[in-house]
Amino acid sequence: MQFDNSLPIYQQVVTAIKKEIAAGRITPGEKLPSCRDLALQYRINPNTAARVYQVLEADHVAETRRGTGTYVREDPSLLSVMRKEMADGYTRSYIRDMADLGYHKDEVLRYLEDWNVPESEPSDLPERT
Amino acid sequence: MLETKNLVKKYGGKTALNDISFPIEQGKTYLLLGPNGSGKTTWMKTAASLSKPTSGSVLWNGTPVGVESRKEISYMPTESFFYPWMIVADVGDYCTDFFEDFDLDQFRDLIRDMELPADAKVKSLSSGMNAKLRLAAAISRKARVYLLDEPLNGIDLVARDAVMKAVISVMSPDTAVVISSHLVEEVESFVSTAIFLRNGKLLEITDTEDLRTRTGKSLADRYRELMQ
Repeated sequence: MQFDNSLPIYQQVVTAIKKEIAAGRITPGEKLPSCRDLALQYRINPNTAARVYQVLEADHVAETRRGTGTYVREDPSLLSVMRKEMADGYTRSYIRDMADLGYHKDEVLRYLEDWNVPESEPSDLPERT
Repeated sequence: MLETKNLVKKYGGKTALNDISFPIEQGKTYLLLGPNGSGKTTWMKTAASLSKPTSGSVLWNGTPVGVESRKEISYMPTESFFYPWMIVADVGDYCTDFFEDFDLDQFRDLIRDMELPADAKVKSLSSGMNAKLRLAAAISRKARVYLLDEPLNGIDLVARDAVMKAVISVMSPDTAVVISSHLVEEVESFVSTAIFLRNGKLLEITDTEDLRTRTGKSLADRYRELMQ
């Protein structure tokens, strides 16, 4: 993963993991890597990896089970909550950039009308019930 | 665990280290940063107890570094220290004889991961391959402190991944790692603290996540600012 070195690394890894959950690549109840393995996977300090899990726990995304490791919470609504959180984030920054360019809401909406959403990405998602 | 106190080192008429003090604490990974000639290698050699301070000291658990600290502090120097007749596999045997804490199995795993042929002659290795071999030897010890002087020098882009993973794998709550490198961008995602040196003086000690949170700056940004 390519980091933006001017932003806190732990936040970037938290976002990356939430994105994996939102995309269905990590599922509720799944065991997450140990801090050491997370550090190796993202090329971060093991202390940063521990902090990532603290934040995910505080955000009610993960839970640590004594002696066995950290798991994604077994919560069926987690996927939709993560999707919403991610979508809010992307939309917020898009709207901010468009506002900087001087676009008003109705102009943004009209602009979006002309764009197609590619099918490939969402087709990776598990069936939504 | 490793405390540098008012350390001064003079070579001939030149002052390589000019009254520097800082702690190295367990569980942290440090990056020594500074232009050429700023004193990084001199500090490492002194901390590894291969060079004596002119005044001041480096203390290992309260006692000046020496024979005892060398058993627990692993040092990767910038120059090759192997005999020319050795093959890569001999280095493992040599280190096993030399260091009580050397893990030969880990050494074998590392040279495989870093694609070093076990039967290659040490003197025929390129500078990058030799650096990988020195790194493998240094981090195969079960040490408390790892001092790695320019571990990425001469190592190509493809091999850097394996090298950095190897470095991350020795980090633990009871070890400390000190790296010197000019390749700030390559290592800043996994170092916890930067120690900035210039002309043998300590300029600043910076917590990397704190720097990013507080100022929105990267270590590379801060380095440029300080060295101007």
